[in-house]
Amino acid sequence: MNRDHLRILLPVLSLAILLAAVFYLQPRAMSYFGLNLLFNLAVPVALATIAQMMILMVNDIDLSIGTFVSFCACVTATFVQSDPVIGYAILLAAILVYAGMGAVIHARGLPAIVVTLGMSFFWSGLAILILPSPGGAAPDWLRAMMKAKPPFLPVAIIAPILIGLIMHYFVKRSSLGVLLRGVGGNAQAIERSGWSVLGLKAIAYGIAGLFGVLAGMALVGLTTSADANIALRYTLLSIAGVILGGGEFTGGRVSPIGAVIGALTLTLAASFLSFLHLSSDWQIGAQGAILILVLAVRLVFTRREALA
Amino acid sequence: MVVNQKGIGTGKVPIIALAGIGVSFGAVKALSDIELAIMPGECVGVVGHNGAGKSTLVNVINGRLSPTTGDASYDGGDSKADFRNSLRARNAGIRSVFQELSLCPNLTVLENLRIPYRKMPWRNWRGNAALAVRASLDAIFPGNGIDPYRVVGDLSIAERQMVEIAIAFSGRDIDARLVILDEPTSSLDGAIADQLLDYIGRFCAKGGAIIFISHMLGEIFKVASRLVVMKDGRILANDDAENFTRDSLVDAMGHVVPDAADVAAARKHKEFGPEVLRMENGLTARKGEIVGLAGLAGHGQAEALAQCFLERSSDWRATREPAVVFVAGDRGRDGVMPLWSIMRNLSLQTLVEFSRRFLVDCKGEKALAQQWHHKIGIKTDNLESSILSLSGGNQQKVLFSRALASIAPIVVMDDPMRGVDVGTKKEVYRMIRDEAEKGRTFLWYSTETDEILECDRVFVFRDSAIAAELTGDDITEENMLRASFEMQEAAP
Repeated sequence: MNRDHLRILLPVLSLAILLAAVFYLQPRAMSYFGLNLLFNLAVPVALATIAQMMILMVNDIDLSIGTFVSFCACVTATFVQSDPVIGYAILLAAILVYAGMGAVIHARGLPAIVVTLGMSFFWSGLAILILPSPGGAAPDWLRAMMKAKPPFLPVAIIAPILIGLIMHYFVKRSSLGVLLRGVGGNAQAIERSGWSVLGLKAIAYGIAGLFGVLAGMALVGLTTSADANIALRYTLLSIAGVILGGGEFTGGRVSPIGAVIGALTLTLAASFLSFLHLSSDWQIGAQGAILILVLAVRLVFTRREALA
Repeated sequence: MVVNQKGIGTGKVPIIALAGIGVSFGAVKALSDIELAIMPGECVGVVGHNGAGKSTLVNVINGRLSPTTGDASYDGGDSKADFRNSLRARNAGIRSVFQELSLCPNLTVLENLRIPYRKMPWRNWRGNAALAVRASLDAIFPGNGIDPYRVVGDLSIAERQMVEIAIAFSGRDIDARLVILDEPTSSLDGAIADQLLDYIGRFCAKGGAIIFISHMLGEIFKVASRLVVMKDGRILANDDAENFTRDSLVDAMGHVVPDAADVAAARKHKEFGPEVLRMENGLTARKGEIVGLAGLAGHGQAEALAQCFLERSSDWRATREPAVVFVAGDRGRDGVMPLWSIMRNLSLQTLVEFSRRFLVDCKGEKALAQQWHHKIGIKTDNLESSILSLSGGNQQKVLFSRALASIAPIVVMDDPMRGVDVGTKKEVYRMIRDEAEKGRTFLWYSTETDEILECDRVFVFRDSAIAAELTGDDITEENMLRASFEMQEAAP
């Protein structure tokens, strides 16, 4: 049992406690249909959280993920639905822009927080150009996939598990994942061994872009239409999700399974507050309070660790 | 850990041969006329004081630095000095363990093997990596008990150093033939260090070669078959280890700076006031004294200075009577405010001291800047222009003025002459002497010997503790070298 295992314990516990509280307040949620309702909006959040995790892993931060997901959602609801070839080409180009952004940030020594903040206006502008007013439609296959009803477990449960496991194997077990985490841990050591930190950062950003695209598509599949401001909250939700899941802002310490659990916890917290009949004015504040509580508990744990 | 056949069969071909290597960074010559060949089976000890060029030499050998002049030939191959040298070095089986730890603390021990191992087969790589690290650790440090699945950040510093060494010797597609160890035992205790020295002996017997850099002369004599002595970027001596004794080695490392005589003369006629500073580690200073902190870089001098400064300055409010001021050596990191003007940079320390009201006293600030502009000779026409328009030496003068303008009785200097030209240095030395006469105390950490010779009393640091205290005529380069390098340790 090493430090990584301890780290994952806290997000698992907080999700379990929150889930138990929701079931206590609303026993009917304890069903196939109820779980799907509770968690289906968590799928795009989880994808965006994984995207943010890839960036935090290399010691950067992405403030543009929210507008990027909105942009991808707008493209999906318009071009992908009407002219699939152009639509997918745009999404592919967006991923390449992300990879290029990572390369430029490293090559020029720019602060990622500034570059991504600037890019967030770029994506937002593009999204408004594509879809000036809410509308569009989801491609049929996408809607069918997101609304499918497989036996035993709803999509809203299967999808996060799959995302978590696949990314766990990529980030924690594959040898490329080790190099990517190494960039966050000690970029100098990576550079000394002859690897291209530039290339590795571009890969990390490119994968983040890919997950941003997937988040946008999943979101349109659920809502069946899009809006240029549909995912603005995702920037902060994704950062909170990674941190809640045991990740850290620097040092390449991230956990994909933790990040997915963090995203689920944040989504569930919103439902939990609704079940408490808390007015929506207070909900964001209460969500923040839950976040602070969990992080405070974690701080106590890490202090203990440091003393031991 | 078996050295590949090529290494054993061709004992006459040097793994690396340097011919007439020179490296310069701008006007600074870091290395000149280096001739060095390393044959399989050799263990070459490299000694030298700060700035002797040891690290630069290591970086040329492992190919990270391209020499400005001269040829480097790997494994008897053709000798072109270009950017592909690091690939050639890797293919020749040259590996390095650096002085500052270069593991990724967020990865496990076995994952850290992945980083230097370029073409690792991906099938079951975790299992294979664990076996390779385990085997290497057991071969070098029997009974170490380090689990390859542990996260490096959870290991103690000694364990991390063991892991780093084990990774450098571990089996890969190209076997290790020349391993460069830069201060490999700095965090290891005696018994563990002996295990490493024994292993080095076995490694060389099998045809591997080692470059061993250390400040522990006992270890060097135990393990090295040949010794290279460096000073000022040149190789001064290169001979079999039997031809040296500890004393002859220290003699070879340095010779007394010629103009030390007048400094010593100046030093004699001085009387100091009462003690103004005493620290837990034994560092003391009297009023009007220039106290030097010497020793090899990174042996705790900067930490001692920081502790001294923070103990006396950490307060919620800035006071009008600061007890201590700081002159930064690393200008970019903790000295210069890059966006501010020269005047703003100069007056930063004294804003609170001189301003009697809540607002900044602009006239006073301007007068202060003018005064120091003339006094210290900052080369500029306009004090309002950006600090970055000045050369490095003049920026340093601004930082000196910032500190000296204050009335603080103690001035702490963290190697402030880094990258400063000789003319400026002389001016600053004179000013420090003048200020000391007036009753100020200076704590001066320097990596340069001639600066330490300016001091009235010198504390030599080794392994984060004071190894020697030198006063008066005892302050010589030789005594400093003796104290910086471990001399007492018994030879086997």
